[in-house]
Parts: sequence; C-alpha cells; structure tokens
Amino acid sequence: MADKNQSKGYWQAAGQRLWQNPLAKVCIVILLLYFGLALASALGWVANDWGREVGVSYANPSLMADLDNPQGANSAKVNVGGAIDAESRAIDPLAPYYDQIDAGAKQYESALAPLKWSLPLGGDKWGRDVLTKVIKGGEVSMTVGVLAALLAVAIGTVLGAVGGYFGRAVGDVLEWFYSIFTAVPYFLLVLAISGALNTRGITTVIVVLGLTGWTGVYRLVRAEYIKQSSREYVEAANAIGASHMRMMFGHILPNVSHLTLVQLSQLVIDFIKAEVVLSFLGFGVPTSSISWGVMINEVMVELVLGKWWQLATVAIVMSTFVVAFGLFTDLLRDALDPKANRR
Amino acid sequence: MAYLIRRLWQMIPTLLGVILLVFVIFNVFGADPSTVLAGKFANKEKIETIRQSLGLSEPWWVQLGIFLKQVATFDYGRSWSTNEPVTSLLLQRAPVTLTIMLQVWVLDALISIFLAMWVAYRRGSLTDRSVVAICTAAMSISLLLYVVVGQYVFGSVLGWFPVSGWAPGDLLTNLARYAPLPVLLILMVSVAPSLRLYRSFVVEETNQDYVRTARAKGAGEHRVMLVHVLRNAMVPIVTNIGMQLPGLLVGSFLIEKVFSIPGLGSEIVTAVSNNDFPMIKAITVYTAMITMVANLLVDLLYKRLDPRVEFK
Repeated sequence: MADKNQSKGYWQAAGQRLWQNPLAKVCIVILLLYFGLALASALGWVANDWGREVGVSYANPSLMADLDNPQGANSAKVNVGGAIDAESRAIDPLAPYYDQIDAGAKQYESALAPLKWSLPLGGDKWGRDVLTKVIKGGEVSMTVGVLAALLAVAIGTVLGAVGGYFGRAVGDVLEWFYSIFTAVPYFLLVLAISGALNTRGITTVIVVLGLTGWTGVYRLVRAEYIKQSSREYVEAANAIGASHMRMMFGHILPNVSHLTLVQLSQLVIDFIKAEVVLSFLGFGVPTSSISWGVMINEVMVELVLGKWWQLATVAIVMSTFVVAFGLFTDLLRDALDPKANRR
Repeated sequence: MAYLIRRLWQMIPTLLGVILLVFVIFNVFGADPSTVLAGKFANKEKIETIRQSLGLSEPWWVQLGIFLKQVATFDYGRSWSTNEPVTSLLLQRAPVTLTIMLQVWVLDALISIFLAMWVAYRRGSLTDRSVVAICTAAMSISLLLYVVVGQYVFGSVLGWFPVSGWAPGDLLTNLARYAPLPVLLILMVSVAPSLRLYRSFVVEETNQDYVRTARAKGAGEHRVMLVHVLRNAMVPIVTNIGMQLPGLLVGSFLIEKVFSIPGLGSEIVTAVSNNDFPMIKAITVYTAMITMVANLLVDLLYKRLDPRVEFK
C-alpha cells in the first residue's frame, strides 16, 4: 500500500496521466518497436545487408509469389559461356593456356546463393529486399530526425534562455536574429544552405535542419523565461548569490523543460518529414545510403511498371510512425501542460 | 501614415540581417564558387580568371559591398547555369507559380473557412469529431506521398488529368489541363491544418458573451454565425492567410518538380542542384522582402477588420 499522503512528483504524475490513456499506451508501444528496430539496425543486428542482391529484379511479395514478373525473369538469366570449338581454338593464341586460366579463375569463384523469386515484402529493381531496406531506411530517417531535433532544441533553448533572461540589448540582438531567420520561408532556407554547402551527406542534413529549425523553440522558451525570471524562486536564488548561469539553467530550466520536451517531440516529426522531402529532391541523404525519402524517390519509376509494393511498404511504415508520434506528442502536451489549449 | 513609415523603417535592420545571413552562408560556409563554375575540367588559369571576375580575391567587405549593390539595384547578375539575367528569369517563372498557387490560396481559404464554420457550429458532434480526426490523420502523412500516389492514381491509372506538363504562355490550357491536379493535391495537404486552426478560432468566438446576446435579441442562427462570429473570427484567420503569401510565391518545390511545372519552385530546386549561387541568393532575398511586406499588409488589414486595434 502506498502512503496516501505522499505526493507524486511532477514528472511522475505526468507519466501516470499519460500511461492511463489507452491511446497513449498504443502509441508508446508502437514507438518503442520502431526505436528498438532502429537501434538493432544501428548496432548491425538486423537489416545489415540491405544493399545485397538477394532476389531477382522486382521480386514479388511472398503473398503473391506467382505474379507475372518479366523483369525478374530477365535478371535471373545466367550467362553460360559457350564451349570453344576446334576452329576458334586454332586461331586463339591463348589456347595453350586455357587450363591455367580456368584454374586461376576457380580461385575467385564463389558459390552464389540462387536469387529468390519472392521476398516477404517484395524486392526493388536491384533485387534488394524491401523489408530490410525499410528497416535500415527507418534507422537513417529517425537518426536524422532525432539528432536534428536535439540540435535545434539545444540552440533554441540556449538562445531563448539568454534572450528572455537578460533582455535589454542582448535580447534585442537575439530578436533581430530571430526576425532574420523567420523572414525567409523555412524550407527555402534549408535548400539555400544545402545549395551553398555543396556537400551531401547525413551529417549535412542534420546540421542544416538543426541550424534552421530552432526559431519555434526560441520564441516559446524566451517567453517562458521572461515570465519565470520575475518569480520569487528566482529572486530567492539571486538573494543567496547564485550565478546567472545557475539561475538560468539550474533553477529556471527545470521549470520550462516540459515545454522543450514537447517541442522536441514535434520537431522530430517535422524533421523526419523534411528529410523525406529533401532526400526525394536529391539534397538529403545520398543515394548510396538509404532512407525513407530515398525509397520514395525510387518508387516513381517502379509505379509505371506496376510495382507498387515498395511504395506501399514505405508509405504504411512511415505513416504509422508519424501518426503514432504525432498522437503521442499531443497526448504528451496534454499530460505535461494541462492548461495549454490545443489547436 | 507615421505608423507606416515607422514600420518600413523597422524593416531595414531585418533586411540587412537577411542580406548578411545570405552573404555568410554563401561566402563563408559555401563551396568555393570558382571551383563550382570552372566545372570538372578546371585548370589554374581558368579558376583565377573566374575569381577575378567575381571579385573573390577582394577582402570580404568589398564582396559584401558588391552583394549590397546587387540587392539595391535588383541586379543579381547572370545565372551560372543558363547565363540568363537572374531577375528576368525570375519574372518569367513567377507567373507560372502564381497560376497554380493563387488558386490554392483562394480555394484553401474558402474551403477551410466554410468547413470550419460548419464543424464549429456542430462542435462536439460526430461530424465535428470525425472531421478533426481526418484532419489529424491527413496532417500526419507526408506531402510527398500525396504527390507521388496522387500523380499515379489520378494521372496514370484513372487518366483524369495529364501526368505532367505545362503549356508555356497559354494560360487557358494550363488552367484547364495542367493546373487542376497539382492544385487538388496541394489542397489535400493544406486544407487540413488550416481547417483545424480556423475551427479553433471560430469555436473560441462562439463561446463569447456577445454571441449569446445576439441570440437573445432574436438574431437568426445564420446572422449570428455569418455576421457576428465570422467577423470576429476573421481577424486571426486573415493573419494566417496573409502569412501563407510568401510561401505561395516560392510555390511548392515538390509539386512543381514532380509535375515538371517551370515555376519558381522547380527553378530553386534546379538552382540548388546546379550550385547556381546568384539564383539562390536572389530568390532568398526577394522572398524575405515579400514576407516583410506581407506581414505589414496583414497588420494594416487588422485595422480594417477590427476598428479597436490601435497602431502603436
């Protein structure tokens, strides 16, 4: 029996409010599954061989293994060298060395596993397994989303804290900074920076998204710091001689951290969507690696041939994740900040 | 009037900031333009000539001066990939984007406001809740999926619209043949968030006392909703509609790329993949200017909609 008089902490109470909602439970389970798979894939336990040719070109999904697949039939063809007849033997100056050549070639021969005709969720043009691709792609997309969101929240929180806490000239400079970044539409800024950098790669995407996406967090945190810095507990901290750093990040930050957490959650979704569009346009994750956006990019050609399974897989997998994460964010906001009105 | 002048005056630091930001992005962090321009078969002399002509060997303040002059004279030089003057190229592209996006702007506003009034009036009912649920789901799905699937289903499978294309200069053909599908697809994405937002604005207004007063004095439901509530809810709605304006001009990068529409959006995408710096710089600065003007217009419109607003 728990002691009835013992009051729960803020986070514990919020966690319980969240967990009591059956919808939140479903979302959390789905998200744990996704992040678990992404972690397993990052550690190399699953989907490590996403780039290997395991099936014929456009291998059918297992459920409909008998579908007509002319491209697959073509790709499964093996070139058999013809026997060398006496006439060519007489012309070829290498003829005496045939045995030697064959023996040499044997060293490099390896037994290739026969290409499969059907894969669990089908295959793409190069015979890669869509299932492993979507797992690996999820890892990359989610890594980009989470790291970029962490970067953006860190920048936004620090700038917002400094601007809201100190105010005056420092605040004005930061406000000016904010007005610059919001004067250019977000996606245009992202494109402009990736155009200027001229380097494509996962790190570039993370940095570009993070450096441009902090404005929303900044505005929220700044407003909150202005409100909090005149509260009694800050004055008390000031009275006992706490430093500015300590008051900003030791005392006030814990009181606004629930807001930043919700922002973080929202930004992960936004950035995953942005990554998908960026990769599709060719400015995101390079095509040598895989992400959900890269997969959708490949889909355009496949649809014309009637190969719909890669699209269906990536659409369902991605949408489930984004919907679950979006609902989770809404519920998290309700649990952490019951007074806030939702729009 | 004094207000207007003050607002225009306040734009200058922001605009200077944007110019500075663009300058820093391209001249400090950006790839070396001379290697981009010289291409794959670069040699020392070629690179040196290009550096000279762009003023890259000059100190940074001279380079910033060159850029400021470009902004002030609206002359950003020539595009690096097509060698056409940037400003005239942009003026060619803008009408194409507007052909699509103006329709989207107006239709999005009309549909969202109409539906928002409708579901807000029936708030709490099954219709209301299902519309909100559909909006939430629709907002979660990536724009990319709408575009890819929509093009395939409506263009290739059903054949209702051409898969892609554009008739340059022929407004009627474009409006009748090529614009409908892109417009439809953008609306599918853009209506959901607007509708949810406007619904919350309308619901907020219907809870106000003046609504009860209007009903008490015997005003009909139509009059209450369309005259009393709508006029008040329009204030935040107009803000939102005004904020959408700069995005319109840039258009939807994705839609224009996928449907091969030669507008500003696809021009940006091409410019970025070709490292066409003058083009990207020009678009960024122009868009920032338009954003600031749009914000000002929205504020002025406030006064018209809500006479209580005082300009400070």
